[in-house]
Amino acid sequence: MKSPFRPDFPPDAAVLDDHKPLIRSLDRRVLIRGGVSLGALAMLTGCDIKRPEAVEAALLAISRFNDGVQALLFDPNKLAPTYPASMILRPPKFNAYYDVMDVKPVDGATWRLDVSGLVADKRAWTLSDLQALPQTSIVIKHICVEGWSYIGGWTGVPLRLFLERVGADLRAKYVAFKTADDYPSSIDMASALHPQTLLALKYGGDTLADPFGYPMRLRTAVKLGYKNPKWVTAIEVTNKYPGGYWESLGFPWFAGI
Amino acid sequence: MRHVKTETPAVDTSSVHTARRLHPRPVRIMHWVNAVVMLIMITSGWGIYDDDVIIRGFHFSSFWRLGDWAAWSLNWHFAGMWFLVINGLIYLVYGFASGRFREKLLPIRPSEVVQTVIDTLHFKIAHEDITVYNAVQKLLYIIVILAGISQVITGLAIWKPVQFSGLVTLLGGFQTARVLHFAGMAVIVGFLIVHVALALLVPKTLWAMVSGGPRLKLRGRAEEGHAA
Repeated sequence: MKSPFRPDFPPDAAVLDDHKPLIRSLDRRVLIRGGVSLGALAMLTGCDIKRPEAVEAALLAISRFNDGVQALLFDPNKLAPTYPASMILRPPKFNAYYDVMDVKPVDGATWRLDVSGLVADKRAWTLSDLQALPQTSIVIKHICVEGWSYIGGWTGVPLRLFLERVGADLRAKYVAFKTADDYPSSIDMASALHPQTLLALKYGGDTLADPFGYPMRLRTAVKLGYKNPKWVTAIEVTNKYPGGYWESLGFPWFAGI
Repeated sequence: MRHVKTETPAVDTSSVHTARRLHPRPVRIMHWVNAVVMLIMITSGWGIYDDDVIIRGFHFSSFWRLGDWAAWSLNWHFAGMWFLVINGLIYLVYGFASGRFREKLLPIRPSEVVQTVIDTLHFKIAHEDITVYNAVQKLLYIIVILAGISQVITGLAIWKPVQFSGLVTLLGGFQTARVLHFAGMAVIVGFLIVHVALALLVPKTLWAMVSGGPRLKLRGRAEEGHAA
């Protein structure tokens, strides 16, 4: 299967030839010296007075314990409050690990959704394939870990329905996502099967705008904002902990609300 | 703890082997656990607050924030919460079961509160006998205990606004719950400033929270009055 991250056309071989002298001129010793001082620098930051390694390890251990507690607190039948369509914020609030000006729009016509892992049918999906599935609309609150929130209206395919269609192992632990903006994310299976977890295609009745994840993004009412990856290009069902972008920087993984 | 010497006049030597200290050991342990955990919760909370401020233009500088950025402030907050809740629950059960709350914090008469405030404004701060709290002290301790309980409730609401959506509605919505959580912090910090300032002004109160303080007269003799 073709990776969604691989460029459509391989780079011209002549480019490599052009740069051969430059590559040869790189001094191996300078590289090693640089590498050693980089390592020393990394060790220094590891001994940061504000966050010693032992403290960091203890905090992460408690955070993993909290993930377990959060999973226990999660009621799969508890619905998030919903709101009238008149309360939908237009346009929604943009948030990412980069500025809205740096959004790279995705072409819906050539976009494919890869499916992998513990699923029976690994065929890639097109946008019209997803549009042909039954759609659900929800008006829910988006709550960011930072504290802000807004009410948004989302339409799309319930993730549960999608997972059932591809014959996913619904007893698997995780559903993981890859995106066009290199923002890996993952959620637990119970949250993935929640009726308010959608593969969203529309916002406020209109096709998703580019900054908000066109052609498809995850939208779940039972997680904090950072668990809602945009421009999803691949879904994997797995038992191996997949982590995520902010999680790898220290944020809690479960992030249920 | 009986070997600790005390020179406070309130000591009743006849009952020295039976009377409790002003601050029994469980109270002292819970007080200092709470002191550390409260500081962790307050300063890590400031780190979380700073990512999306409630009061426009009002930030906490990095010196006052626990965690070098929001992820670690969050991790401190979500680790500290367990110690705060467990320690706090034991404290509440102990306070009610031992009768300490009733004995130390009640009754509060409004006229006494007014009188104490007037006295304090005239710099008449009576602290000769640290075993009896004045009306303002009683009031402040009750307020800070209620603020602590309120922080746990509003904290639960903003941590799990979907699982506890009924609680969020009761509090007036997610953003209101968030502001209440911030206001509860402000109340506790306000208390802390007064509490620490007074403890430093009357150092024997601080020492009492370390060593246990003077032994209390047996109940029934309390009305006989204390040597001043």
